[in-house]
Amino acid sequence: MNFLSKEKGLLSWLLTGDHKRIATLYLVSITFFFFIGGALAGLIRLELLTPQSDLMATDTYNKVFTMHGIIMIFFFLVPSVPATLGNFFIPMMIGAKDLALPKINLLSWYLYMAAGCLGLYTMMTGGVDTGWTFTTPLSTHYVNTNVLTTGIAVFIAGFSSIFTGLNFIVTIHKMRAPGMTWFRLPLFVWSNYAASILMVLGTPVLAIAIVLVALERTIGIGVFDPTKGGDPLLFQHLFWFYSHPAVYIMILPGMGVISETVSTFSRKRVFGYTAVAFSSVAIAVFGFFVWAHHMFIMGISNYSTLIFSLLTMLVAVPSAIKIFNWSFTLYKGSITFETPMMYTFGFMGLFTIGGLTGVFLGTSGTDIHLTETYFIVAHFHFVMVGGMLMAFLAGIHYWWPKMTGRMYPEKISQLAALVTFIGFNFTFFPQFILGTLGMPRRYAAYPPEFQILNVFSTAGATILGVGYLLPILYLTWSLKYGEIAGNNPWQATGLEWQTQSPPLTENFPEIPIMDHEAYDYEWLDGQKEKEVASVG
Amino acid sequence: MSDSQVQVLAETAEAHEHVHPPYQRHHFETYAQQNDATNFAMWLFLLTEIMFFGGLFTAYLIFRNWYYPAFVSGSHQLNIPLGGLNTLLLITSSFTMAMGVWCAELRKKGALVLCLTLTFVLGMGFLMVKTFEYKEKIEKHHVPGFHYSLQSFLAPETDEAAMAAHDKPLPVDMARHTEVYFSLYFAMTGMHALHMIIGVSILAFMIVRAQAGAYTTGHVTYVENFGLYWHFVDIVWIFLFPLLYLISRH
Amino acid sequence: MSHISQVLWQFLVKWLTNFALYPPEASKIAPQMDALYFFMILVSMIGLTIVILLVTSFSILYSKKRHPVAVQIEGSTLLEATWTIIPLGLFLIMFVWGALIYFRVYTPPANAMNIYVVGKQWMWKAEHAGGQHEINSLHVPTGQAVQLTLISQDVFHSFSIPAFRVKREAIPGRYTTVWFEATTPGTYHLFCTQYCGTEHSHMIGDVVVMTPEDFKKWLASSTSGASLAQNGERLFASLSCAACHNTRPDARGPSLANVYGTKLALSNGGSVMADDAYLREAILNPSQHLTQGYAPIMPTYQGQVSEEGVIALVEYIKNLNSDYRVQQTTNTTELLPESVGAPQRPAPAGQKPAGQGMVKQ
Repeated sequence: MNFLSKEKGLLSWLLTGDHKRIATLYLVSITFFFFIGGALAGLIRLELLTPQSDLMATDTYNKVFTMHGIIMIFFFLVPSVPATLGNFFIPMMIGAKDLALPKINLLSWYLYMAAGCLGLYTMMTGGVDTGWTFTTPLSTHYVNTNVLTTGIAVFIAGFSSIFTGLNFIVTIHKMRAPGMTWFRLPLFVWSNYAASILMVLGTPVLAIAIVLVALERTIGIGVFDPTKGGDPLLFQHLFWFYSHPAVYIMILPGMGVISETVSTFSRKRVFGYTAVAFSSVAIAVFGFFVWAHHMFIMGISNYSTLIFSLLTMLVAVPSAIKIFNWSFTLYKGSITFETPMMYTFGFMGLFTIGGLTGVFLGTSGTDIHLTETYFIVAHFHFVMVGGMLMAFLAGIHYWWPKMTGRMYPEKISQLAALVTFIGFNFTFFPQFILGTLGMPRRYAAYPPEFQILNVFSTAGATILGVGYLLPILYLTWSLKYGEIAGNNPWQATGLEWQTQSPPLTENFPEIPIMDHEAYDYEWLDGQKEKEVASVG
Repeated sequence: MSDSQVQVLAETAEAHEHVHPPYQRHHFETYAQQNDATNFAMWLFLLTEIMFFGGLFTAYLIFRNWYYPAFVSGSHQLNIPLGGLNTLLLITSSFTMAMGVWCAELRKKGALVLCLTLTFVLGMGFLMVKTFEYKEKIEKHHVPGFHYSLQSFLAPETDEAAMAAHDKPLPVDMARHTEVYFSLYFAMTGMHALHMIIGVSILAFMIVRAQAGAYTTGHVTYVENFGLYWHFVDIVWIFLFPLLYLISRH
Repeated sequence: MSHISQVLWQFLVKWLTNFALYPPEASKIAPQMDALYFFMILVSMIGLTIVILLVTSFSILYSKKRHPVAVQIEGSTLLEATWTIIPLGLFLIMFVWGALIYFRVYTPPANAMNIYVVGKQWMWKAEHAGGQHEINSLHVPTGQAVQLTLISQDVFHSFSIPAFRVKREAIPGRYTTVWFEATTPGTYHLFCTQYCGTEHSHMIGDVVVMTPEDFKKWLASSTSGASLAQNGERLFASLSCAACHNTRPDARGPSLANVYGTKLALSNGGSVMADDAYLREAILNPSQHLTQGYAPIMPTYQGQVSEEGVIALVEYIKNLNSDYRVQQTTNTTELLPESVGAPQRPAPAGQKPAGQGMVKQ
């Protein structure tokens, strides 16, 4: 008897309050949207094989990259780890029976689905071609595509995100088991907590920005229109005030996964637990003060640029701290190289590159040359795809046995991880060079001398696509034919591993009492001895 | 934690397991925990609302700084007695709402229903006054995007409200900027009104439930949390009123 | 750059340029920016190497086979401090260095030659002061600081010259500026780098850098007959600006002679620098900055004059360093029916009618 088998039937899923079932619903939905976004990416790379805009009309290309960005950011990356792994495991990690607000959790999924369906409808009825950044006055006065419906879809998805974050914050504050102090929490919880703060405080500002764009577009209020005395730069400030913290919303949960996997597969407590925990919160706090580094060349004053560039340097430091702490977790550990660990290594290398290139962009002088080019595209794909997506896959593989009770097939998944890593580098590293050479982003056509690097990039994308397709196939396969997993196949600490796989609906037969530190492998070995002793 | 302590905790937990009130959800260990959690959740939600309105207030601050004369003239077009009446209605409704929470805590069903109804009526009153004000604006063509007219600002002698405020005629470009003022007026009061509409709708639902005794069994969480929401909507108005209505009034 | 051998540096840049990993350096700021860029690449490579070395060596040394029992280590404050302070220090160096370059790029020198650029969907229109107009191209001389004053007619665009390492947004509603000094003759890419709609990818052109002699020849051969300032003068007259902006004692507006570059006292007690942005604002939104001592009666010309027209007027006013032309236009304005209330004066003998004559360039 577990959460999957306890109640059967469609309604028991659609009206569930069980955080694990909602997490499963989310997992299926975001995978669906990921592949749509991925298909759009494929179209982009196909178009960019040739210097001319010849595969599709330029208008169509503009719609394709816009929808790719919107779907990947709002319908995949933002909910990816929090809504699936966070929903599933935060209550279990803190020793609770569910999240604080199960109905809000379910509402959150329905809002996500409504937003997603609206987004799909938008795609099928002409799409939208403003770029995911909805820059005014382009989006308010100069395009006649579905800006309004897309804006509404993003607005609704934003509420989904706010409710998830709200739920997490309340749960982590109020529902920890006896003995579970803040500094005994797994770092995955800390990271999601920090991301939740960003979700709750940042997303409403995006909401109001969208509302204002909608009003300007429909009834013509002039807050962004210079001919009416408005200021298009106001939109930029409102938009980036959310959209910069958004990138930390996307990466922090992934960093949380890495803390878990690097610990389990080195059999060691994360090096510098406190530093990593505080770094997560520091990233969240500093992340609110750097938004105008997206606007260095847009006519903000030189002094504004100075301040935001300085703050950007500060926000880069906690990420560096984490990378070093994870690296040193390996020191004197006992390391195995299962798939989650392979994705973890991939994350550490690729996120380091992505993060460092962020410093190139946060430095105002070099940003002048590099901004709005493929350097930016490469930077954010390194941190989001090489970083976040790898962390997501690490997490899915790591917790797959707990969620499904089955092991994934190790050899093919390691192969997929390798293929993904190779494909990723081929796809996105050339884009750094393209950006330095000056190739602008969002171009359907480009000067012929950029072709070789673009062909390289597209070739890599093909490999990358295979790397992402494989997990869908073998993970689905494993549901029926995978090796049965026990409670704790990785011998990990963490309360989620001390109960059955898949878990009971109420997670624990009775609320556990936390009487040891996080990542306490000595306690775990002690538990094993007790088990052996009681049997023998 | 010692073994005996763990033992005691486990036993107490078991003992409680079968003795919890019907309105306590199963994933909470105690009713106090549930109350605490839902209360905290409502405060957090209100924080998101502050961030939401914050964007509008930011836009207001910037444009008021740039186009002060336009904001003054625009503000003089608003009806202070009506705005003041609305402020009074809302503050009173917050009082009746607070009384409602008190009644719920004291398990006085009749009084609770009365308080909620009064709050509802006052809220509806606010909305009716607002509708009247909006109608006035529509008639005078002060709605941005819908045949917006600059006449009141270029020729204040043709406008009662402008005359009453002794407004001087604005230069054309500054007069155009009154449209920004009204854009913010409608966006801010419109958003606020939307929150009021949601509030009175929930109130209507709550009056029915209160009459059925749902909130006087010792489970005051709904009334309490809704009270928080209502007070928040009131506070937003208390900021909106001086910022929109009282610019440069002597 | 004095630290690296010039020969080595040139070799490096040429090699990289020929293998197209790197755009040519065609402006004075380019090598300065590249120096910072290379420094950052170096630091990044060292950082990445450290991380890779740590991860790889630990993975090998402490794999389960080799090191079956993990040693639980809480952490090390010393290490935490090290990898906090060193990255922070390096980032701060980059910040300062980058800020210096940024300020340099966006602080045009006083002797810069100004070219106006108007971006619109989907082309770039460049206007030289002498009246030369270009579409999707920009001719500039070497050895001369060139300032671009940018504005957009519709949406955000971004004027990017990778070879010069400069880029600036063209925004509707306000001027933005950037400057450079080209060093190497040749033709370089010009891109629009801010997504602006359907033909964004085709809003590209050429920046043609010429020697000063060639540039003079080009100027002479491309002139449209009237300089920007002359066009501005025409507009000034046709819009009857001189009805108020003259030097008569009862003038309703301030004289505009020599006003460019001065600090103006505003009626609210503050002051404002009369630069390009101010002049544009004064024409389109005059009640924003009311000059002290004058009634706020200037009408707005929003909708009556295009961005190019505004540019022409701004150029005219910039070059207006005597009021003799204003006198002339005053006289001709008096003959126009719009100048209500102006005392009639007979046109002095020998005065040229408005619209002819050269404004000092």
